Amino acid sequence: MAERPRPGGALAAYRALLGAQARSQAAYRASFVVDVLGNVGSTVFDVLTVLVIFGVTRELGGFTLRETMVIVGLATAAFATADLLVGNIERLPRYVRTGLFDAVLVRPLGTLPQLLLMDLPLRKVSRAVFGLAVLVVALGSAGIDWTPARVALVVVAPLAGVVFFGSVFVATATVSFWWVDSGELANAVTYGGRDFTAYPVTVYGGWFRALFAYGLGFAFVSYHPALALLGRADPLGLPAAVGWAAPAVALVAAALAAAAWRTGVRHYRSTGS
Amino acid sequence: MTDVIVAEGLRKEFTVRVRAGRLRREKRRVAAVDGVDLRVARGEMLGYIGPNGAGKSTTLKMLTGVLMPSAGEVRVCGLRPVAERTRLALRIGVVFGQRSQLWWDLPLRDSFALLRHVYRVPADAHAARLRRCRSLLDLDAFLDVPVRQLSLGQRMRGELTAALLHGPEVLFLDEPTIGLDVVSRQAVRGFLAELGRAGDTTLVLTTHDLADIERLCARLVVVDHGRVVHDGSIAELHRRYGSRRLLVADLETAPARPPALPGAPLERVEADGHRLVYALESAGVADVVAALAGLGALRDVSIVEPDIEDVVARLYRREDQGCSITSTAKVPGASAS
Repeated sequence: MAERPRPGGALAAYRALLGAQARSQAAYRASFVVDVLGNVGSTVFDVLTVLVIFGVTRELGGFTLRETMVIVGLATAAFATADLLVGNIERLPRYVRTGLFDAVLVRPLGTLPQLLLMDLPLRKVSRAVFGLAVLVVALGSAGIDWTPARVALVVVAPLAGVVFFGSVFVATATVSFWWVDSGELANAVTYGGRDFTAYPVTVYGGWFRALFAYGLGFAFVSYHPALALLGRADPLGLPAAVGWAAPAVALVAAALAAAAWRTGVRHYRSTGS
Repeated sequence: MTDVIVAEGLRKEFTVRVRAGRLRREKRRVAAVDGVDLRVARGEMLGYIGPNGAGKSTTLKMLTGVLMPSAGEVRVCGLRPVAERTRLALRIGVVFGQRSQLWWDLPLRDSFALLRHVYRVPADAHAARLRRCRSLLDLDAFLDVPVRQLSLGQRMRGELTAALLHGPEVLFLDEPTIGLDVVSRQAVRGFLAELGRAGDTTLVLTTHDLADIERLCARLVVVDHGRVVHDGSIAELHRRYGSRRLLVADLETAPARPPALPGAPLERVEADGHRLVYALESAGVADVVAALAGLGALRDVSIVEPDIEDVVARLYRREDQGCSITSTAKVPGASAS
């Protein structure tokens, strides 16, 4: 006879899965250390790109280097943290192929949290730390006039960014339930979104800006919160309050991603592909 | 309710794309499981066999909540597998022979400890079950070895333990002996037989190895092309398909004329009339032996069991002649490349 599960036990279960993943990766200690260090690379490169651009110009889309770095910091910290926590969901086709997805379905826990915790790429922790460092340095040198509201925003905005990018990762990975080779398309949206958020949206034009900034919502990750923190009016004319909309946008994105995931799982179970 | 598994009209269709011409592709609906009715009582041990592609694994996936049936009703432990997946998961155990529930890079022991948290099992119940599995499956020698370094036989013993630590009411096994050497195979079979004797775990097992079935399962369900073609005991299968047990009697003196026995037709006479071979149809062994003993001294009596492999091979072949793809429907407007 199965015993009734104790309430709150699911949390302990997820904690145990996380611990197992940490120990699994520690089993390859030497390569883990190399991975952690090597992983900072690409993120450093992204920041260097911005610095190089300012080597040839004094303003970018109407923003100075110090102002742009706040945008870069918000984007990098949010993306790197989301990539650490949720990024590996892009390996969904592999989970399906190896049968891990079936194994996860016969356990008494949610499918998404199980997959995320069982394949958490801890080596990416260095990127998240680096992203956070960039944000802290940028905030320190931008000469921000700190009010209580801005202090609250500086805590909430990166978290909202993490939720937003996490939702993008989940939503795009879900496509592979229908179309196994959707990886390139998913990358275009996730990594395209990361690059998009690292610059003021004023540098982009036309339909491209409309699509990424407001159609997909990437403007709310770094651009608008940065304007609110810097106390700058939006050159594109949106009201200042938009900067505080980041959490709401993130929650909407999370709800959509969750719905997409549930639909994807239902599709998987009805086709068994 | 005594039936722990109830399936009625269970059906699963897949869409496959077939090339039709140079650029066109046609969608076809193919039924992998085509109307399976199944009732399994608590404590029963059921062997589920069929040729490759007969729909065994698909059925198992529908019973465990991995796949949603296209049609039909399923209840396992009174629950709807897909809708009540997590509640059902606490009450069933699943072993997919070619897939692992274990943590690849961790010692076997750690996987067991983790599963205690995943299934929220009280520490004492978990420890008791683990102790039992350790002694019955000889796990102690490799409990501290990372799973990736285990042999297939060791890993399978680990998988069995992992599936049982939360005390499931039903254990589903998909090809549990596939690829195992003789020793591991016997260890797994012996363990499952022991589990069946205890009587509180229902066992559903798919296999290609009929020795598994003969050793373990009183009831045999044969599926082919998504349909049940036999459901009953192994003896019934033999009766239905004309394979019979034979009784071979060696006599001291050859009788002038071999006697005709009711319910046991004479199959053949060998060794100049000294050896009589009767087919056991409705007559019992004791009746036949008693009748033959009346003829004079019996030197030896032996029973020859029919070969189940032959019966099943014949059964598969017969079904093959009958039908091909069971339901084919063109989906209109489906042509793309």
